[in-house]
Amino acid sequence: MSSLSTDPDQFRAELRDWLEQNCPAEMRDASTAEDNICWGGRTWVFQSNAQRIWLERMAAKGLTVPTWPTAFGGAGLDRACEKIFQQEMGRINARPPLLSFGIWMLGPALLHFGTEQQKQHYLPPIARGELRWCQGYSEPGAGSDLASVQTRCDDKGDYWLVNGQKVWTSYADKADWIFALVRTDRDAKKHLGISFVLIDMASAGVTTRPIKLISGVSPFCETFFDDVKFPKDQVVGTVNRGWDVAKYLLTHEREMISAGGQGLGGGRALGAVLAEQSGGLTDATLRAAALKSEVDALAIGLTLERYKDQAEGGEGVGDASAMLKYVGTELNKQRHELMMSASGSDALQWDGKSGADPADWLRTKANSIEGGTSEVMLGIISRRVLGLGA
Amino acid sequence: MANLTRSEEEVMLADAARGFLDDAAPVSHLRKLRDAGKTHDPSLWKDMAAMGWSGILVPESAGGSDMGHAAAGILAAEMGKTLVCSPFLSSAVIAATALRQVTGERSAAALAGIAAGDVTYALAIDEGNKFAPDSTSLVAERLGNGFRLNGCKTFVVDGGFADHLLVLARTDEGLTLFDLPKDRDGISCNAQSMIDSRDAARIDFENVEATGDNVVGTVDDAMRVLKPALEAGQAALAAEMTGLAAGAFGMTVDYLKERKQFGTVIGNFQALQHRAAHLWCEIEVTASAVINAGRVLDNDPDNAAFAVSLAKARAMDTAKLAVIEGVQMHGGIGMTDAFDMGFYMKRARVAAEWLGDYGYHAEQVARSRGF
Repeated sequence: MSSLSTDPDQFRAELRDWLEQNCPAEMRDASTAEDNICWGGRTWVFQSNAQRIWLERMAAKGLTVPTWPTAFGGAGLDRACEKIFQQEMGRINARPPLLSFGIWMLGPALLHFGTEQQKQHYLPPIARGELRWCQGYSEPGAGSDLASVQTRCDDKGDYWLVNGQKVWTSYADKADWIFALVRTDRDAKKHLGISFVLIDMASAGVTTRPIKLISGVSPFCETFFDDVKFPKDQVVGTVNRGWDVAKYLLTHEREMISAGGQGLGGGRALGAVLAEQSGGLTDATLRAAALKSEVDALAIGLTLERYKDQAEGGEGVGDASAMLKYVGTELNKQRHELMMSASGSDALQWDGKSGADPADWLRTKANSIEGGTSEVMLGIISRRVLGLGA
Repeated sequence: MANLTRSEEEVMLADAARGFLDDAAPVSHLRKLRDAGKTHDPSLWKDMAAMGWSGILVPESAGGSDMGHAAAGILAAEMGKTLVCSPFLSSAVIAATALRQVTGERSAAALAGIAAGDVTYALAIDEGNKFAPDSTSLVAERLGNGFRLNGCKTFVVDGGFADHLLVLARTDEGLTLFDLPKDRDGISCNAQSMIDSRDAARIDFENVEATGDNVVGTVDDAMRVLKPALEAGQAALAAEMTGLAAGAFGMTVDYLKERKQFGTVIGNFQALQHRAAHLWCEIEVTASAVINAGRVLDNDPDNAAFAVSLAKARAMDTAKLAVIEGVQMHGGIGMTDAFDMGFYMKRARVAAEWLGDYGYHAEQVARSRGF
């Protein structure tokens, strides 16, 4: 299949034409409802034929990971063409063909820290949606203080041996592989004894147990490693320097989480949503709160774009990701509060069809905890951006 | 969507402006003017004109530098950092943008006067205590070939010292914008000192005669020329407020690093760190909306209302937070007249009301977002 032009105007014309011919009608509904998301993976069952076709066609064009190099399954788009890509997808309200932690988190870390061999081995299956990844960061004793991870990883000469427990592992029960932080030096200072490793979830000794949340669903798991062996070449970056990889990956994770609360792009305007739910948005207090929230959402959306414009070569936004994460997640929580309020008692039933989903509302409460709490974000900004504190 | 980062030229413009203003117009300059009972420094404006600032939105054919709204926003932001008093917004942004909407010798001459720094303007639009151009009741009735104006304008920023007034008046079939010299018979100007030590006049019009030459644009169609001018002014004012917020924030963070209590600098306390970090986030988010407004005004001026209102709404919210937090984190010294933070607080309050308050601009956003 021929690649797309790099000239922005020509790129837009070719892309528009290609999307028009290749995006199935059923995929022109940018719904983010869990039922409509394609996560991919070894055991993935497509919800429809259209979902499968859409993924295959987009992957063949490199458009599941548009900014990745073509050598690793991407389309190699620069920032100008990436913006056009977003606009053209939005124009036909196209659903993302594939969402995955491999795309959002592991991919950027591998592109930055991985060996050539690792990139060639791990990136293309992510781009094609063939392998589903999960993230093994938090532990029962290492939450906000993430560098306290204790999962033990010992060098056994020709393999690594892991023992320990991870928690809040999103979709661990559905994932094929895990990228995890493990302790490879128990005598070094805590930030200096951590390694970033890749482990096949099908390995002997790996078990998972879903955790039921207040929202009634179980997106998170506990993950146990009991004498799990894995090959020596599955460490990313330098052994005992995994914290650098972890931090870099976190900036991408935070950027991704922050985008969750946007009213821009595929998202609908809050005003329209609330008016529909409450039958006209006549409550003056609710309307005023929603209006302020909308103003803030639009400005936050522009901020995300501005920082992407600043970031060079897909390197991410660095410490500013803490700001984006903080403002984006606090906003998202607020928007869901407003939606619940607009729907009133209609939104209080588990299986109601009120437009406001109580499970979604409850789920958003984790936004300002996962990937680093709002307070951790403010601490990062204070220290690294403002130079406050020791 | 245009690139929302500053270009190399824009960074250089900001640096050059900062260099000049740190010398010529630090906050102590405002303090001196206030203590002397003045609201304007004509020699400062002459220096700005010499650098091309007064002509930043004037076409080159009329002697301007015509650098566009993003550039005007950069200058406004730098002025905001040290609360510079100048006719920049009233003359170089609002009046210039209104006048350049019409062709002809008269407007070219007026624009040349602005660019040269020889003529200053003020916008006479409000009549009550809120910005509401649609409710204008000052009347310009037909009188032979001309008009006769009767009514009163309030909150005419820079009206005390301006040479010319742009006056919004009600005519037979709509609204009309007039360009009148302030010394025209029947105009009485009552300059009033505002809380921020600048000038806003109450101006009475009693049987003021105007000719067709005084009409800017077309009779009954003021908004064709005034709408772009208002949007330019609102965007530049939003930019000024981001500078104001940054100025107040910079003082505050410096203070957190030097003030000691309980045996340590107060910036070591997490309660203050988080307040400062939150404020920084708000400033960053607002900066994006302001840069975007400048870009949209330059690239797609007919559809700029939404971006401009978003910027003005965010800017006043952030400026307000910056000055409230500024005083709070400085403690008692922040309340003293001898310290500069009070100037920032007062200017933020005036800027919030000028050219539309939060409610006005949020409502503009609401209209295009399905509320």
